[in-house]
Amino acid sequence: MPKTSAEVQGMGHSMKRKEDPRFLRGKGNYVDDVQLPGMLHMDIVRSPFAHAKIKSIKTEAALKVPGVLAVITGETLAKYNLHWMPTLMSDTQMVLPVEKVMYQSQEVAAVIATDRYAAADGVEAVEVEYDPLPVVIDPWEAIKPGAPVLRTDKKGKEDNKIFHWEVGDRSGTDKAFKDAEVTVKQDIYLPRIHVASIETCGCVADFDKVNGKLTVYMTTQAPHAIRTVFALVAGHVGLSEEKIRIIAPDIGGGFGGKVPVYPGYVIAVAASVVIGKPVKWVEDRMENLQADSFARDYHMTAELAAKKDGTITALRIKTLADHGYADAAANPSKFPAGLFSVCTGSYDVKKAFAEVDGVYTNKPPGGIAYRCSFRVTEAAHAIERITDVLAQELKMDPADLRMKNFIKKEQFPYKAALGWEYDSGDYHAALKKAMDKIGYAELRKEQAEKRARGELMGIGICSFTEIVGAGPSKHFDILGIKMFDSAEIRVHPTGKAIARFGTKSQGQGHETTYAQIVAEELGIPAAHVQVEEGDTDTAPYGLGTYASRSTPVAGAAGALAARKIREKAKKIAAHLLEASEEDLVWETGKFSVKGAPGRSKTIQEIAFAAYTNHPQGMEAGLEAISYYDPPNLTFPFGSYICVVDIDRGTGMVKIRRFVAVDDCGNIINPMIVDGQIHGGLTMGMAPALLEEITYDESGNIQGGSFMDYLVPTSMETPSWELDKTTTPSPHHPFGAKGVGESATVGAPPAIANAVVDALSHLGVKHIDIPITPEKVWKILKEKGVAE
Amino acid sequence: MIPSSFDYHAPATLAEAVALLGKYPEDAKVLSGGQSLLPLLKLRLGQAGHLIDIGKIPGLEYIKEEGGMLRIGGRTRESALERSEIVQKRYPILVDTAKVIADPIVRNLATVGGNLAHGDPGNDHPATMLALGAQVVAMGKSGERVIPIDKFFLGLFRTALQPDEILTEIRIPAPVEGSGGAYVKLERKVGDYATAASAAYVVIGTQGFVERAGIGLTNLGPTPIKATAAEKYLIGKKPETAALAEAARIAAQATEPSADRRGAVEYKREMARVLTGRALKKAVERAGGK
Ligand SMILES: Cc1cc2nc3c(=O)[nH]c(=O)nc-3n(C[C@H](O)[C@H](O)[C@H](O)COP(=O)(O)OP(=O)(O)OC[C@H]3O[C@@H](n4cnc5c(N)ncnc54)[C@H](O)[C@@H]3O)c2cc1C
Repeated sequence: MPKTSAEVQGMGHSMKRKEDPRFLRGKGNYVDDVQLPGMLHMDIVRSPFAHAKIKSIKTEAALKVPGVLAVITGETLAKYNLHWMPTLMSDTQMVLPVEKVMYQSQEVAAVIATDRYAAADGVEAVEVEYDPLPVVIDPWEAIKPGAPVLRTDKKGKEDNKIFHWEVGDRSGTDKAFKDAEVTVKQDIYLPRIHVASIETCGCVADFDKVNGKLTVYMTTQAPHAIRTVFALVAGHVGLSEEKIRIIAPDIGGGFGGKVPVYPGYVIAVAASVVIGKPVKWVEDRMENLQADSFARDYHMTAELAAKKDGTITALRIKTLADHGYADAAANPSKFPAGLFSVCTGSYDVKKAFAEVDGVYTNKPPGGIAYRCSFRVTEAAHAIERITDVLAQELKMDPADLRMKNFIKKEQFPYKAALGWEYDSGDYHAALKKAMDKIGYAELRKEQAEKRARGELMGIGICSFTEIVGAGPSKHFDILGIKMFDSAEIRVHPTGKAIARFGTKSQGQGHETTYAQIVAEELGIPAAHVQVEEGDTDTAPYGLGTYASRSTPVAGAAGALAARKIREKAKKIAAHLLEASEEDLVWETGKFSVKGAPGRSKTIQEIAFAAYTNHPQGMEAGLEAISYYDPPNLTFPFGSYICVVDIDRGTGMVKIRRFVAVDDCGNIINPMIVDGQIHGGLTMGMAPALLEEITYDESGNIQGGSFMDYLVPTSMETPSWELDKTTTPSPHHPFGAKGVGESATVGAPPAIANAVVDALSHLGVKHIDIPITPEKVWKILKEKGVAE
Repeated sequence: MIPSSFDYHAPATLAEAVALLGKYPEDAKVLSGGQSLLPLLKLRLGQAGHLIDIGKIPGLEYIKEEGGMLRIGGRTRESALERSEIVQKRYPILVDTAKVIADPIVRNLATVGGNLAHGDPGNDHPATMLALGAQVVAMGKSGERVIPIDKFFLGLFRTALQPDEILTEIRIPAPVEGSGGAYVKLERKVGDYATAASAAYVVIGTQGFVERAGIGLTNLGPTPIKATAAEKYLIGKKPETAALAEAARIAAQATEPSADRRGAVEYKREMARVLTGRALKKAVERAGGK
């Protein structure tokens, strides 16, 4: 039950989203809606080759196209030393190439023109001569001795390795495996996928030559960090941080894909600085899919050791991470493999060891956290798949095996073998709820009957543990900047407020949920709290929105800033009521004198007094700012159960039912949480059944348009059945945990487990996602059961 | 995804449109729903100096039964076909087909004539029209001619239409007693072109034997395929499980699929068999033959 009234709409109310009227009426303001006087347009020439020397770039014909003003090449940028830029992972990446291209669709040159059409015609007219080089696509080939070295720009580099990272007790784990009664081992590949946000990336760079100020309207999830990056990278050409303003207007989906700095942004900025006019660059869909940072591409080998009774004793995972030609992941600096070390999942595993090797190939750079808190989807897939492999080996029901190994409620806070301290959880309750809701026992009966008739039906479970809300300053920084986040609240004389945050919503509904947090803490109706983010000139500094960190970090800052305001409000109330502070009690929206309920002052009255009648010796006004450094991460969790039917003729998998029981701690807005889970489940189903980017041997991208990159529609999406348990985070100011990514993390293994389960009696142990009809049909044929 | 420049013409009559096509012989294209043509232009995979929009010409959008034929105006939209009462009642195979073409938004614009005229083996109507034995009416500078559908598809993106001809009507024989048809498509997701699809049409005589059979296959070769041998095989047979399965097997032999992200050659061939079996079964059911 919400504590606040329907008028206040604090936590627990399913308040309708404040941002929706403008979106529903087509009044959103996205980067491509920005029109500035004299604005020029940019389009990009891209490489048809995956690896090639650039012999020459001829621009004469392009410059003759009416409307074309300039063609920018790597040589142009090299003059300003802007042809390379650092990535967030301390690697380097080309802005425009001088010597060679490293992946198909890489930026080669940019055309600046007076309109978008002329820019496109200009791109057609740029003539580039290439000399193809040997292409390395397969990461297993890339690590072989003698493989062509791709990063010839790095002096002395003799192989294609990027990093080796490991965590855990290697020898203890090895010993546990040696002593184990049962062991299982499985290669598991999570394919290269793309966030495919509906809005592609782009910017309008507007350099004002007179006062030297650069304003960039930009599709970014982290405007403040971007400002600092710009200042650091372009300081030598005179850009100074106080003269840089990043504005992230409405954003049509980010999912981690709008954290990196793409070459296009930098070229547009350089063009605007040189020409002195605004320059707009907006990618088209195919550029977005083909060149922007990818996600996953993890080749994992997972192993479990166990006793015969099913008690898991150890976990070992070895991974090859294909990063493309540059490590352009956007992880916290100290975590080259993100938070992959949450791979012990929901289980009480005593010994664990994980290692990841990063490798270069001729593919687009990246390794971004696609709707997951840095490689958590990978971790969850590995542990949840290998758990099922173990269940199959032991001929145990996968639900029983999970129940047996779950960390118990009373073990929290739980210190995991790979170092994390899980804040809170009740995994047994969540799985039990999911099993009851779906009717697990009856489904198993139905499955047995169907099998007897030759029909294929499967039931898959995933009991994931997420790790979100990066993060505590001790471990978490990006380029040295600690991963705190911030909120600033100002209460106006009439008791209304504006609240600004260091994060940036891309569809999550911050304008609503943040307002509800303030409403909960101050009793000012959420309708009267104006939330703003995304303008670095006005909002307090923060690290942005990704990794489900907005509620755990910025949301917490909002609550703490509100509490600071409440402290001051109490002093003002004491003054107004002529009582001592100790005698005042707070109930939502007002201070009353203990034992004299008639004597009270509302927050609105107090706010008015803060500007009109504040106590002597106190500063006027009612505002506060908070920078929140979380003491720990938060650990949302859930249990998902999926039922599939398989068409024996075509291999098509149909999701018949999907029950998702989520626990994200205390909930701000139940409707928004449900929406996040619906969207997340659909985005989890996508790579499980449909989406994948692959390359042929020459490095040609397959799946580089929506014709072949199969984003699901409502028709492919089953009717999700949601439920929840509530286990508050003990360390978060209002007990919330974050929910934006749980479903994307939890859905793929549930679906994969269901399909494998449907075929397990035929001896099938594993299928890599995406599980396409053809893949399934091949198995059916091989096993002699195809129609 | 920005096309190179072109001139746009919106003639008010068929004669004017034909004249414009004649005026720019190498360089003009008919623009109907634009759902195949515009993507080609935007990706710069194709080019046209002049687009002749036939959308402003009155009298090209209709669905009516007349003279023992269903007549569909060349510019009739897929969504109209899908919603037409007469089609729903008497030509369920056409509803099967229209329903699986692209998505509702595309179907509001895409036209039946364009779907045939594009000559794309991945389009869904060609197979259905082959199974039904349809005719196509073309209007050119020397007047109107009628082209039987099995003479219409000449190659990949090539049809029997002359560059200055406009497809004005599709004619489908009205259903007779004991007839039934069905279209079954395997697609990876809604909006996708077929991995494989099969259209089947049968006429079952009063004695319970197949008198006429039509089978068309989608996206299983460089052109839409009429599975003639399988059709012949069925004539005179009782439409029972074994016969339908054998016809499906023969139909699959007529395919020449190429491998792509939808599947390998072997998979697509097998899907031709599986889907033809299903389409035949459904067609026989609809014919009342069970
Ligand atoms: C996302 C998407 C998915 C799709 N999926 C499918 C699908 O699953 N199945 C399917 O069958 N189709 C699909 N299509 C194609 C769609 O159905 C096309 O619209 C159709 O094939 C062409 O019809 P149109 O009216 O749009 O023709 P246009 O695009 O206008 O024209 C296509 C070609 O035919 C010529 N032409 C058109 N009309 C005439 C005429 N009357 N006389 C002479 N020449 C003419 C044009 O000059 C052009 O060369 C899809 C399209 C899209 C955009």
